Amino acid sequence: MSTRPDARAEVLRRVRAAQPTAPVRVPRDYAADDGPAGVELVDLLVDRLEDYKAAVRRCTADALPAVVGEYLAGAESLVAPAGVPETWLSSFEGPVARDSGALTVADLDAPGVAVLTGCAVAIAQTGTLILDAGPDQGRRLLTLVPDHHVCVVRVDQIVERLPAALRRLADPTRPLTMISGPSATSDIELNRVEGVHGPRRLEVVIVS
Amino acid sequence: MSGNVVTRLPFPVAARRELGDEQLRRNLRKATHTIRDKRLRVVGEVPDWEPLRVAGAAIKDDVLARLPDLLEQFEAAATAAGATVHWARDAEEACAVVAALVQATGTAEVVKVKSMATQEIGLNEALEAVGIHAVETDLAELIVQLAEDTPSHILVPAIHYNRTQIRDIFASKMADVDATTLTDDPPALAEAARRHLRSRFLSTKVGISGANFAIASTGTLAVVESEGNGRMCLTLPETLISVVGIEKLLPTFADLEVFLQLLPRSSTGERMNPYTSLWTGVTPGDGPQTVHIVLVDNGRTDTLADPVGRQALRCIRCSACLNVCPVYERVGGHAYGSVYPGPIGAILSPQMSGEGANRTLPYASTLCGACFDACPVRIDIPQVLVHLRQSGVDAARGRPSAERTAMRTMSYVMRDRRRYAAALRAARRGAAPLRMVAGRRGALRRLPWPLSAWTSVRDAPLPPKQTFREWWAREHSS
Repeated sequence: MSTRPDARAEVLRRVRAAQPTAPVRVPRDYAADDGPAGVELVDLLVDRLEDYKAAVRRCTADALPAVVGEYLAGAESLVAPAGVPETWLSSFEGPVARDSGALTVADLDAPGVAVLTGCAVAIAQTGTLILDAGPDQGRRLLTLVPDHHVCVVRVDQIVERLPAALRRLADPTRPLTMISGPSATSDIELNRVEGVHGPRRLEVVIVS
Repeated sequence: MSGNVVTRLPFPVAARRELGDEQLRRNLRKATHTIRDKRLRVVGEVPDWEPLRVAGAAIKDDVLARLPDLLEQFEAAATAAGATVHWARDAEEACAVVAALVQATGTAEVVKVKSMATQEIGLNEALEAVGIHAVETDLAELIVQLAEDTPSHILVPAIHYNRTQIRDIFASKMADVDATTLTDDPPALAEAARRHLRSRFLSTKVGISGANFAIASTGTLAVVESEGNGRMCLTLPETLISVVGIEKLLPTFADLEVFLQLLPRSSTGERMNPYTSLWTGVTPGDGPQTVHIVLVDNGRTDTLADPVGRQALRCIRCSACLNVCPVYERVGGHAYGSVYPGPIGAILSPQMSGEGANRTLPYASTLCGACFDACPVRIDIPQVLVHLRQSGVDAARGRPSAERTAMRTMSYVMRDRRRYAAALRAARRGAAPLRMVAGRRGALRRLPWPLSAWTSVRDAPLPPKQTFREWWAREHSS
């Protein structure tokens, strides 16, 4: 495609002619660092996830397969990115499809499909899960098209605030998805209603 | 051509028309009060809200001061990541670029994420003109599109409809909905939208978006949304075209730590919106494999050239100022004529374009200042409103003006205490016969020409029977 060098030059010329000249100092007096980590952080995350209508369970690593199995009980089939550990889904008795990039939208849109992933980091203060397409999270469409998403969060992945979460990301140029509760809308009389286009069931398992 | 930022009707004319719609005023009152309370609650949870606002304002000012370098940096980073960057001087050029890109794919239908930039440039109409149908996928945009209406709010374009009206629009315009069973229960309406759009998401080849933020150092774009329609459009199509205003830049990825705290709490009154997507060019095997970015000026550099008015370019389109504005709450978004309504629109639209009746927009305010208090990037909207009003007056200097003659006379009278007291006495005597007409309200609804210009939008109070000075003199005379 043409990149219209005339338009580019003209816009840049206009900006140069109009821009302010004085340099700007940015005061960063907001809280950029987390407080001390602790159990309260997990409590806070649980509270905020539930406030935005996600279901949450806490368990030990040993109990994880059973808890995941309970959440997946009604699912007809399960999709999991290649990097999800085998133990996580060991209690699920239905068919499991590991995604190597070959699953199609139609596969994922079939009725009763659930998806199981990990996450990169979780923010307690806002109840947010960040997925960065890591091996246990996979392609973005995996957590979008199925109507049921189960996400496993390790306690050491939880931070208190957003600034700390962004600093934890290994590579910000990977595709990132920040998820705070199931799909919702505020478009009808500005009240929040859950359940539009994304997964309508979001379930989180916090493993200590 | 400046796109949809020009109002054809002067604000007072459009406002009078809108004020006649009582249902509209009830709907707006309910929605704006709901969101106001939610915003206050979640902003109150953040102890460092004011430092975040200060940082947000400064980061945006820094961007404006370094804009040429940051634009070139963004272009280089996005290009290196596999995106193709295009530039557009105005709305017409931006539409032409997008239309050509869509035509090159051979598709006749595109899915769209809600985007102010594409509304601003009139993209849907431009695509329609070359035979491409743009499907709006945000619930409120879909409602407006189905109703063949125009948006009336930055965040919730269908804010002027209540649930029953939305139900009626869906029942009559959605071919795939059963009109006999559809209720006005919001979850049922959301479900209807889900079913209506699902097959389109899964099959359409081209997605079109805007961007809330563009990161100069990495070439990353961010879209903040709620429903998942954004994720659908950003992830499933083969080609993604994003229309981005040149002021959307942030210097680095770390700057998102400020704006992703400010934006959701200010716009939907949530701690965090359900979905935020960030992508950098093309990622092999994940998402669209052809990615275009169109950088748009369309009046932004004109705004940038004004030292007082350029702060309007800090705007992150949260719409908090609309929700707290006593004028917006009563007249609604259509009265402003532009896709940018409310307090921010009253300063943004006339700076982006001097055409049409845009110079009436800076008067669409009581200057109460609620918008400045609510603004997450501290845009001093009242200051810019007064500045733009002043510019309008300055531009008209040299021409006869009844207002200026009246102000000169007033100035002469008020410069001298005796002249002032005598004028008040005269006014009181003159007003005496009118007291019967004014009744208990003590105000006149209509004055004869040329003072009718004053009473066309407000009452004229009669002077009090005695002034404070007279009362004081009598009380303390003995």
